Formats: sequence, structure tokens, C-alpha cells
Amino acid sequence: MNRTPIIQRFCVALLGCVLLSTASLGQNAKPAAYAIKGGKVFTLAGAPIENGTVVIRDGKIAAVGANIEIPAGAQVIDATGLEVYPGMFDAATQIGLGEISQVSATLDVTELGNYNPELVAATAVNPASAYIPVTRASGITEVIAAPGTAGFDAQGGGLITGQASAFNLAGWTMEDMQLNRSVAMVINWPSIQTRTFDFATFSIKEKAYSDAKKEYDKSVNELSDWLNRARHYAQAKEKGSPALYERDLKLESLVPVVQGKLPVLVIADDERDIRNAVEFCTKQNLKMILGSGAEAWKVKDLLKEKKIPIILGPTERIPDKEDTPYDKPMTQPSELFAAGIPFAFSSFGTSFSRRLPQYAGASVAYGLPHDEALKAVMLNAAQIFGLGDQLGTLEAGKLGNVIVTNGDPLEIQTQVKYLFIKGQLTSLANRHSDFYEQYRKRPKPTQ
Amino acid sequence: MKRVLLIAIVFIFAGMGAWPASAQNPSTIFIQNATIFTVTQGNIEHGGILIRDGKIAAVGKDLKAPDGVAVIDATGQYVIPGIIDCHSHIAVDGSVNEGGPAVSSMANIADVLNPEDISIYDDLAGGVTSANILHGSANPIGGQTIVIKLRWGKPASALPFEGALPGIKFALGENPKRSGFTPPPGIPPRYPATRLGVEEVIRQAFIEATEYKKQWDDYNARRAAGEQGLVAPRRNEQLQPLVEVMEGKRYVHSHCYRADEILMLMRVAKEFGFKVRTFQHVLEGYKIADEIAASGAGGSTFSDWWGYKVEAYDAIPYNAALMTERGVVVSINSDDAQEARQLNQEAAKSMKYGGMTANDALKMITINPAIQLGIDKRVGSIEVGKDADLVIYNHDPLSVYAVAQQTLIDGQVYFDRQKDLAGRAALEKEKQDLLAKEKKAAEEKKDEDKKAGDKAGAKPDAKKKPDPKKKPPQDANGSASAVAGGAL
Repeated sequence: MNRTPIIQRFCVALLGCVLLSTASLGQNAKPAAYAIKGGKVFTLAGAPIENGTVVIRDGKIAAVGANIEIPAGAQVIDATGLEVYPGMFDAATQIGLGEISQVSATLDVTELGNYNPELVAATAVNPASAYIPVTRASGITEVIAAPGTAGFDAQGGGLITGQASAFNLAGWTMEDMQLNRSVAMVINWPSIQTRTFDFATFSIKEKAYSDAKKEYDKSVNELSDWLNRARHYAQAKEKGSPALYERDLKLESLVPVVQGKLPVLVIADDERDIRNAVEFCTKQNLKMILGSGAEAWKVKDLLKEKKIPIILGPTERIPDKEDTPYDKPMTQPSELFAAGIPFAFSSFGTSFSRRLPQYAGASVAYGLPHDEALKAVMLNAAQIFGLGDQLGTLEAGKLGNVIVTNGDPLEIQTQVKYLFIKGQLTSLANRHSDFYEQYRKRPKPTQ
Repeated sequence: MKRVLLIAIVFIFAGMGAWPASAQNPSTIFIQNATIFTVTQGNIEHGGILIRDGKIAAVGKDLKAPDGVAVIDATGQYVIPGIIDCHSHIAVDGSVNEGGPAVSSMANIADVLNPEDISIYDDLAGGVTSANILHGSANPIGGQTIVIKLRWGKPASALPFEGALPGIKFALGENPKRSGFTPPPGIPPRYPATRLGVEEVIRQAFIEATEYKKQWDDYNARRAAGEQGLVAPRRNEQLQPLVEVMEGKRYVHSHCYRADEILMLMRVAKEFGFKVRTFQHVLEGYKIADEIAASGAGGSTFSDWWGYKVEAYDAIPYNAALMTERGVVVSINSDDAQEARQLNQEAAKSMKYGGMTANDALKMITINPAIQLGIDKRVGSIEVGKDADLVIYNHDPLSVYAVAQQTLIDGQVYFDRQKDLAGRAALEKEKQDLLAKEKKAAEEKKDEDKKAGDKAGAKPDAKKKPDPKKKPPQDANGSASAVAGGAL
């Protein structure tokens, strides 16, 4: 724990971003190359390199090391006294799909109906959303937007809610930004809920267990049914002529799922729900990633046995149940690590995506090794979603998503000084820093 | 029946989550070899704190433990004043919103304190020792509020902060105009529905309160002058708290977001001769920080919440730092049981956003909220004579790596992390025993029913029998905090 002396830095908060351009979507025409020089480089693929250099060229990391030649014409970034890391990856958000959670006109998170496998998050991610520059200013360079998920800014809903999309947090269009339009099919696992909160009447509604169970069984049967139909559809398509079947977008979207090519991100929290979801996915032969997973600590053996990774929800939350130890959400990551279960941190939010490093830091306070926490915000999500060859470490050939900080990136007070996305130096200015600059200059009112 | 039993079990556990600080706590405690952040009198390395009869008796570098006193060895640890949360909804039984009338000043949170709310323990474990428990924000003039100490394990009557002035919640903007609320079918929308109406409701209420006050003042004056046979004015529970506001006996804590509505309330307050004690949330406070400072009101805000509604779209994490720069007394509050237990982290964000000093950041969760609640003579800093409300961390409290180890209130240890950890196995065993007992009872009942059924000659319906192997139903969501969440 002594590894992090607190530096009481009163940084010139925005100097970095003011010096950089504030092109509307953050990026200028790209210079041929950059060289980040003189910092301590945490590659996450080996020991940290003191006084290292990271060369970025044509959008990718070209070289990393202690004695790297700086290419002619490269823009040199002096990182003396600073630290260099891969950018952070928030693996479950609603970024771009929702602007103001109380104004439905600004929301594209939750579609009507329970089964919408054909919907793709990338379709409606707004590249001009204010959340994009705000979030990247905290060092998050790429995110996954997952339709239908619930969090601080979204109520969520539906069962098969659509395809999650991974994208970089800078770009003029989604075509610029996207990493993979379809990284997973999102399923909100049905829960046997006898008590639900009804927002319409702002009260708790109770129902008999037998009724709740009936509803649950119905949902699971429907889920099975959709997957079985997708299998038949795939067979018909493979063997039959197009005249024998009608094109069905929903079934077509589920084909890669039943073929095990597209993972399912199954959102579940309660022990019973997680067990049921694992049993279901095993039976259906699906490639499961557990999402949220508040009680994954009760199911470690099963998750380990089935090799199911977890995209964890916020660690800073009150336990769902009163008899759960008060610190369980914070200690769970260290338990999962000890059990050998891969996981990544995520916010399941939009406005709180910038708290991603805080969620990781809090788990370090409660026992997770610091380097594992770094991996769980930088590398693990990339690996879990099949983007490990492009992202997550500072190695030649990977995408130039790099952050330069003035200290431990998981610590509250640390500032991101430079940020690169797809190998381009990207503005840290955002809606919040703009207001700050504007209003701190307000003259004293004359009274 | 099963449900009732389960709920009973949950309650038993809620009560056992901690050790009620009891009379066994020694009256004199010495905390030794700590890094002490006094907040008002600098930092002390390797310092000691002597606690006697619930108060801080001595603080300093060269203190030695008196013979025979209980010693807490805080070598390598950090002590700060207990955290004060200026905006909380914990320890409330049921909803925090009396949303019926636009002026619900007759409702009082003090009447519905719930000492068994597990959030009290959760927040204690995050270093919170006092909290301002507020009514919700459904009304331009909301219910009465109360400051409590988080004396977990004590009855409701022991929660209130002795001598702290009571408050009243006002609310401006989207919540009182019910923007995010659709009335259930058959219920007409409630006035007001605009910020114009919000002002009108507040002004009208104070016009009536002024009249009411005048009736009582006249009555009291005539009575004092010896006049006989007078009939006292009819007591009005709705207006009485507003009279107390005008008399300076009750603080106004006003929920607000936009700069314009904050200026509006300042004008109304001036018109009726009262002060707004704190602007709560005050997310656009940075736009009019000079005006807030000049009014003498405090600002109690979030660290970095934003965007969840239109009036929060201009919220910036620099708000606390900017208001502080312009002379406003600023606190960082939680409005949420989880956020409360990480207020130390939230305060530290102003060092990142706006370059606040570490001590100024700490002030925002200790002495500043104490000033805002008028309890700064008692708490908010580590000074001789003040209440021994303290938190001991294993790390710099402004770091994400800090974990509260012990929390003291009135010199008594109300939270001890080591004890919590040590007690978990016993709690789990007790829970399993209770579940086994209940399962057994259910099976016995089943057998009895079967016998009775056989006697009556009825064929038992196997399908309808509960399967004893199945786990009992578990509840999820719908917790009290979800209700409080509506108070943003």
C-alpha cells in the first residue's frame, strides 16, 4: 500500500488541454509521427521502462523502449516526470446512446420489446455527445456501448437487447471511431423478482414467488426458443435455397451467437441468477461473458470451471443485500483475481464512466494487486472482447491509444496530461473545462 | 408467513452488522503515533489525541498516554475529524418525499428516523459521523430536516445531534415542478409546473407565514401586557416552521441547480427577511459564486455528478473549487448512502479539478459542513474541547487507497474494521442456523399437513408442495435507497 505516496499537486489544471487544440471532435490533421520521450513507460507487457520512449506512427505504436531512435519529423512530447500507459477501456457503458437520462428524446439506450438481437449500438452512438470528450479527459480512450443495460444514467430493459459496439472516444463519425460494431450480444438475464420498484407510482410492488417464477420460466423458455429458431434458420440457410426461408433479421443476428462466434454479455447480479445464466449458456453452448456480477464471489468455482470472464459493475456500491459484508463490492475483485477468473472493470454508465479508474483504485485499497487493477482497466476488456491484438498494452503494432499522466492513473488526484487515440494527439478540452475557463473569468458583479 | 420470517431474519442481521458501542467503551482513550489532520490547526506527524468523556482532551506531538488508559495504536495511520455529510437520506423509514402538497413543511423527518437502517453502518464504515437528514425535493417548500450522529446500535431517540438547529428543505427547479414525474392515472398534476410557479408558491407561503407570525406576536404582546380573556390564534403546523425560519431558529437548506433559480430564492429571502443557510447541489453555483458568497449562504455540492437531467447538464467538477475561490463556504455531500462512504475520495477531486489544496479539500467534508449546519463549535476539526468524532485511516484519507479502520463518535468506537472482519464467520453461521431452523420447521409443517390431509382422506397434491431443496425466495432491488434516489 505504500507504493502510492500522495502527491499534493496543485496542478495547472488545464494547461495541457489549453495548449492543445480544441478542434470540435478533438483531433487535428495528423502529423506523421509522435515520440513520447522521457517518461516512465508502463507497457503492461513487461516491467515498466524508466526514461522510456514510445513512438507512434500512422495511428499505431511503432516502437517502445529505453533507447529508441526518434524518427525525423516526429512531434516530440516531453514526458519527463510523467507516466505513460495504454489508454483505459470502459467495457460496458451507454456512452453515445444517451445524453440526459431524464429526457427520453435524448435516449437511444432501451428499445421497446424483449427480443431485439438485430439492434446494433453503433447505429445510434452520437459522435458529438458531450460525454465523449468529458470521459476521455479522464484517460479512457475506448468504450463499449451496450444497449438495454441499466446503470446510474439508464433504466435499461428487455431481454436480448442488441449488439454491443466497441469504439474509440474520438472521431468525426462512427466510421472513424469504431473498433468493432458487434463485440457481444447483450442479454439482461431474467431474475425471479418478487419485489420490484415501480417508477410510475414510486413505490415497491410485491408479487407472489410462484407468479414471479412463472414469469421467469416463460422468459427462459422464450430465450431458448429464439436460439433454437436461430439454429434452424442457420441450417436452412446453409442447406436450403433462399426460396425455402424468409430473411429474418432477428434470427440472422442470432446465428453467430448460436455458432459460438459472437459472445453473449449476460447481465446478472444475484447468485441464483448467475448460476441459472451459466447453466443456460452451457446448455445452449454459448460463449458467455458475465456482466455486472455483484454476487460472482458466491459462484467462483463455477465461473472458473466454465472459464467465464466478468465485466464487473461499479465497485463502489452498497451491497444489494443487508447481510452481505459492507465492503464486498470492493473486495470482490481481489477474490476473483485469487480464484483466477479474468475480469475487467466497467461503469455501466455514461456520466460515471470517468470514475472507471476510481472503481479500480478502490479495489486496490481492498486487496487487488495494483498491476492487476491496471490490467483490469486497460488490457483485460480488450482480451475478453477479442480486441487484445489491437489494444491494451504498449507494444509495437498495437493501436496508438496512449495516455500520459502525472502519476498513478488510478489515484483520484492524478491528471491526464496527454492523450492519444488512434495515434493522434487528442484534445482534453471538454464541456466541463470549457465552462470552467469561461466562468472563472467572470468579473465580480457590481452591486 | 415465510416472508415475514425472512424479513425478521434480515432484521436480526441488520442489528448484528456491528457492535453497538456500549457502556463498555472506556471513557478515556489515547490514540498514539498518528498522522493527525486537525483541519483547522495544521497537520501533526507522530501525534497523539487524548479523549476523555467523549471530548478531545488534548492533541499534540509530544503527548504520552496517561497510565492505565485504553490505547489505540495508530502507527502509520491517519486521523481526521469525523466526516459530516450535509445532504443525506439515510436512517429514514420509508419515503423521504411527502409529495402531496406543494408546501409540505408540516412533515418532519425527525418523526421517521429509523435507527436500524443498515446504511447508517455502511456510512460509519466510510468515516461519516454526522449527517443532515433531509426531506425529498418534491416540493418548493418541503419537510423539516434534522442533523443526526451515526450512533449505530442506539435507538432513534439517540440519533439527533444535540442542540443542532433543525432545518427545512426547500427545492427549486425540475423536481418541485414535477418534470420527471407522471402522476398516477386519475390524479391531476400538481401546481406548480414552472419555475415561475415555484417562486409564487414560496412567496405565498411566506406571506401567510408573516400574517400568522403577526397574529402570534400580537397575541403574545397583549398577553404580556396583562390583557385577560384572550383566545390564542389557531396553531398552524404548516406555517409554524416558516415562522421559525424568519426568526432564525430553523435553517433553510434549498435544493437547486440553475443559477437563475438560486438568485430567485435570494430575492425572496431578502423580501421576507430570512437567510438561506445552504444551497444544496447548487450545480450552477460556479456561475454566480460571488452572489452566493455575498448572501452568506453555503454551497453543498456533488463532486462530479452531471447530465442526469437538463438542469444538471451544465454541472462541472470544478464547481466546488470555483465557489471556494470566490469565498463561498463549500461542502461536498452525498445524497446517497454509497457516495457518503467515499466522501473523502469525492473531496479529493477538487484537487484534480481546480487545484484545491489538500487541507481545503478536507475542509469540505469536515469543518465546512459543520459551519453550514451550525455545529462547528462541537465538531468538524480536531481541537481540544470538541466532540471526539474521529476517523482513523490506513492511508492518506484523500487517496483512493484509504480504508477507514475505526470510526469514533463521542469518543466511542462505533466502527472497527478488524472487529467487523472477525465477526463475519459467526454471523454467517448464525444465518445458516436460522435458515436450517426455518427449513426444518417448514418440513415439519409439511408433514403435519400431510397427516391432516390423509386423515381427511384427501389426496395430497404433490405439485403444490413446496420443494424443500429449493432455496427460499430472495428479494432484490427496491431497497430504501432506491426510494431516496428520487431526491436528487
